[in-house]
Amino acid sequence: MFSGWLTAAVFLPAATALVLVFMPRRDSWIRWTAIGATVVELGLTIGIFVAYEVDRGGVQLVDFLDWIPIDGFEANYFLGVDGLSAPMILLTGILGAAAAFASWRVTHRVREYFIWLLILQTAVTGVFASLDLLLFFVFWEIELIPMFMLISGWGTGQPRYSAMKFVLFTLTGSAFMLVGILALFVSQDIGTFAMISLPEEGIVGIPEKMALASGLIAPAGLIFALFFVAFAVKLPIWPLHNWLPDAHTDAPTAVSVMLAGVLLKMGGYGMIRISTGFFLDSPGFQIKDIAWLLAAGAAISVAYGAVVTLRQTDLKRLIAYSSISHMGFVMLGIAAISATGDRGPSGGLNGAALQMFTHGTITGLLFLLVGMTYERAHTRHIPDLGGLATRMPLIATAFLVAGLASLGLPGLSGFPAEITVFLGTWDTWPWATGIAAFGIVLAAAYILWMVQRSFFGPMLPRFADVKDASAVDLIPVVGLIVPIVAIGIWPSLITDSFRVGIAAMLG
Amino acid sequence: MINEAGSWLIVGLPLASFVIIGVVIRPFFNRYANWAGYLTVASIAGSLGLSIWAFASVADAGGNVVMNGNVPREWLSFPGLVLPFGILMDSLTVVMLLTVSGVSLLVQIYGLGYMKGDPGYSRYFAFMSLFTASMLGLVVSRGVVQIYVFWELVGLSSYLLIGFWYTRPAAAAAAKKAFLMTRFGDFAFLLAILYLFTLGTDETNLLDVPTLYLNVGLLGGAAATWIALGIFAGAVGKSAQFPLHTWLPDAMEGPTPVSALVHSATMVAAGVFLVGRFFPLFESTSSVMTTVALVGGFTAVFAASMALVATDIKRVFAFSTVSQLGYMFLALGTGAYVAAFFHLFVHAWFKTLLFMSAGSVHHASGTFDLRYMGGLRKVLPWTYAATIMGGLSLAGIFPFSGFWSKDEILVGALDADSTVGVIVLVLGLTAVAMTGFYMFRVIFMTYHGKFRGGIDKENEDLRAAGQEIDEAHAHGHVHLAESPWQMVLPISILAMAALVAGFLTNPVESYGIVDKHSFGEFVTENEEVFVDHGAAIEAGAEPEFNFPLAFASTALALSGIALAFAMYQAKVISPSRMAVRFRPVYKLLVNKYYMDELYETIIVRKLFYERFARFTASFDKSWVDGVNVQIGSWSQRLGSVLGFAQDGQLQTYGAVASAGLVIALAVFIFWV
Repeated sequence: MFSGWLTAAVFLPAATALVLVFMPRRDSWIRWTAIGATVVELGLTIGIFVAYEVDRGGVQLVDFLDWIPIDGFEANYFLGVDGLSAPMILLTGILGAAAAFASWRVTHRVREYFIWLLILQTAVTGVFASLDLLLFFVFWEIELIPMFMLISGWGTGQPRYSAMKFVLFTLTGSAFMLVGILALFVSQDIGTFAMISLPEEGIVGIPEKMALASGLIAPAGLIFALFFVAFAVKLPIWPLHNWLPDAHTDAPTAVSVMLAGVLLKMGGYGMIRISTGFFLDSPGFQIKDIAWLLAAGAAISVAYGAVVTLRQTDLKRLIAYSSISHMGFVMLGIAAISATGDRGPSGGLNGAALQMFTHGTITGLLFLLVGMTYERAHTRHIPDLGGLATRMPLIATAFLVAGLASLGLPGLSGFPAEITVFLGTWDTWPWATGIAAFGIVLAAAYILWMVQRSFFGPMLPRFADVKDASAVDLIPVVGLIVPIVAIGIWPSLITDSFRVGIAAMLG
Repeated sequence: MINEAGSWLIVGLPLASFVIIGVVIRPFFNRYANWAGYLTVASIAGSLGLSIWAFASVADAGGNVVMNGNVPREWLSFPGLVLPFGILMDSLTVVMLLTVSGVSLLVQIYGLGYMKGDPGYSRYFAFMSLFTASMLGLVVSRGVVQIYVFWELVGLSSYLLIGFWYTRPAAAAAAKKAFLMTRFGDFAFLLAILYLFTLGTDETNLLDVPTLYLNVGLLGGAAATWIALGIFAGAVGKSAQFPLHTWLPDAMEGPTPVSALVHSATMVAAGVFLVGRFFPLFESTSSVMTTVALVGGFTAVFAASMALVATDIKRVFAFSTVSQLGYMFLALGTGAYVAAFFHLFVHAWFKTLLFMSAGSVHHASGTFDLRYMGGLRKVLPWTYAATIMGGLSLAGIFPFSGFWSKDEILVGALDADSTVGVIVLVLGLTAVAMTGFYMFRVIFMTYHGKFRGGIDKENEDLRAAGQEIDEAHAHGHVHLAESPWQMVLPISILAMAALVAGFLTNPVESYGIVDKHSFGEFVTENEEVFVDHGAAIEAGAEPEFNFPLAFASTALALSGIALAFAMYQAKVISPSRMAVRFRPVYKLLVNKYYMDELYETIIVRKLFYERFARFTASFDKSWVDGVNVQIGSWSQRLGSVLGFAQDGQLQTYGAVASAGLVIALAVFIFWV
């Protein structure tokens, strides 16, 4: 089976990167080729999202080839989308294009910059498109290299320190995951890397096999923990979050956009697809046994993240910490897995998935706008800013929209995600949900404080020459506001897909 | 009979106006900003027309027009989690629709004149459209989450409008304060929604209001109490009741027409509406009803006391709003549902009038400070006459509308026949006297006596005191003339409303086309909220007119007015000497009971921000991050220690290898 859509979407950016290697040394050619490629890629991902037939469900647009056809160790080139991954691939397309547009003012080593950015996009798309665990892991690891290069080469502040910290944290996590993959594989009866069943190829996926697994060599709980650490670092969850503020703050704008927008979602995606999907009803260990831990961790992440956010005075650091808080909602939704009532865990998980998507667009937009503000005001230190709305009303308006979305204002996409998580989880974990819900009050406090201090107040003389966003600057801004508003008003645009994917997973 | 599409259009018209102004006019045709004003007025006029249609339909249908076969639509739907939405068109809805669209229309017409020449003209009307649309959306909502959505959008619009002049730090701060304080209440409201949801099932989804009405009895005591309390907390925030009232006086930083709208039919009315919408739930739990009544009664007196000494005309009216809303909650808490909404209805008209008159006064004198006004009745004859009518109405003097509505509230408290009823009746009567005093203090200080120089004198005094003049004052200028017709016309219409609206309740006798208790009859026709009309009357929907009580409250109001006359017109009693004599009380009132300091300085800044948040942030830095960095440096050290083993010398490797072999052999021999 080979439909080719996903292969194209995964490798188009990398192929473009290869073209860039051989392009003549003309920065504008390189720049617009790269941006053009991400726009085509966006078109492809929209195509994939639309082509995925929600009514039919299951895995679609499969690309399946033998990759390592050794008896007993059959790793396959297995790409496909289901309801869970289709929106995530779309998200990667949207933010990839936004990140490329956000980079159009980059002048330092343009060729290398865009090559790494495109490779990054291939890696992330690959993570969401892979349905073979080994392939998934390969993409997961590849993503580190461009990230390291981009942060250390084009960052600000202490880029090397931050890049190294990011890599060490993630690499530690993925070392655990690799052991987890091997432990899972060598366990008797598993013997496959397919993350999902594919009846057409006669493949039974890990979730089904886990449910029947009788003789796991390694304890299932240990395998779960090995995977979970990798995802918890990526998401991130308290107390494994400290790489994130540094990496975000020191990364160039486009990389912050990608990092907050899609890289964190790899953690949430892994938690749903692997931690939840594989360990749903495996006899040795079930995720619902430790749902209390997820709920507690989520509540701490949300509250702790929000309180620390309140103390931040750097625009980027502030948004970075707010991400920690908001990703706590994802884990809170997953904690609903132990729901016992007739309503079941579906609401929480759907809310978690929706939160990943919406947080990606919202925080991506925030980082994009912070980048523009920094470019113009030459500082991100909030007490030094002020009155910018007078000089740059467009950026200020967009910033306010993004900020309001981030604090969960109804009508924008943060709200349906948060309310779904809360409604889905309250029954099972009322205290954790209550604490997390208080996060919306704290979010209002830090967002409105930030907006007030940076954009409102009298215009300061030192910003008298600041210019508003240009037409090109506005393309990614509008491109991100559209899904934020559209999903805020009519969330079913995206939730129909998630619903199908999660229903299939929960069986 | 109005259909669902028409009902949506009530919300949709102003919403479309917002979108068109925001996406088309403001960015591309800002030269034609005038069109933003006309578009807003036209769209809200359309909403008013549709609201009248809705009103007629509901009257025909006996209290409730059923939409979409009484089946809610689905906004979000997951297995086990469905969020319904739709239109709920009952008598409460249409009363609110008429009030909101009517008041808003007049405010927009007024704004055409008031905002003329402001660089943010089109932005102003965009926000106003959004504000009106949100409030209209709130009152037609059928789903509980849908109510929450519009509830928050009302809060957003207030935020945008209070902070409309965003270059002024005070405006930006007031906007943030309004949003944050109301969000505290909203948090409790949200928890109530979550709790409510989990009590339902897929078949009986309690997040659908009509379904909730049918199943209120099944909720059980404690659950109903907690849910009602959460909802009430939301209402306390939005309606600026004690202890979440401190944002409203600061909200004066917005343009005056915004205050007129915020204080009458929108923002603050939303809280009263919310309690009314969930009234069957509240009625099922007596402890919450008591709480509502006491909070309302206390706030009525508490806020009125601060109005006694405020020197900013808009602040006096702001405290007055808080106080009057207290009456509404007092009424709801004693079960006098009809009286509460009748008071909301008439208060909306005369409070809008008073704010508009304050704007008109500002137009002439350039200031909002009562100490720099005086004698303006000669230059503002229309405004003066209208203010008198609004003022008499607010003070509750026969035959103005406030007299009727306040009387119904007091009768309701008396008829409640309980200790709580007596307590709140006493509170209510106390506030009546205070209301008469502060209202006529404003009238005498503004319109009577000699003109005290307006903004010019104020700036002079500020300079003399060595203070900086903020931009707000710099804008104003003395311009002693009546305001343009766009401002006078709405004021005059509202003055008429203040005179006649009260007769709609008509508690004495049927007269002409107005039946006895016509308002009460209309509102209680709704079988969803009131099982039958007889039961509603039983519950005090149509109180008999109580002459002794009416006489007492009028006497109290008149004595308040007389005291104001003595102090500010006849000058028999000197206000400044009173202030010295009752210095501690005066200081307490002027400083608003120090609640701003308590909240902002002590709780938020000192305790939360500088202690708790600071501790958490430093914990994050030194401990969480510190441990991570430590692990990093330990691994580095471990690496460098172990590195000695790899020194590249064959002798060392040989020695280590031999030693290892010996150990291995020893283990093998002795243990195995």
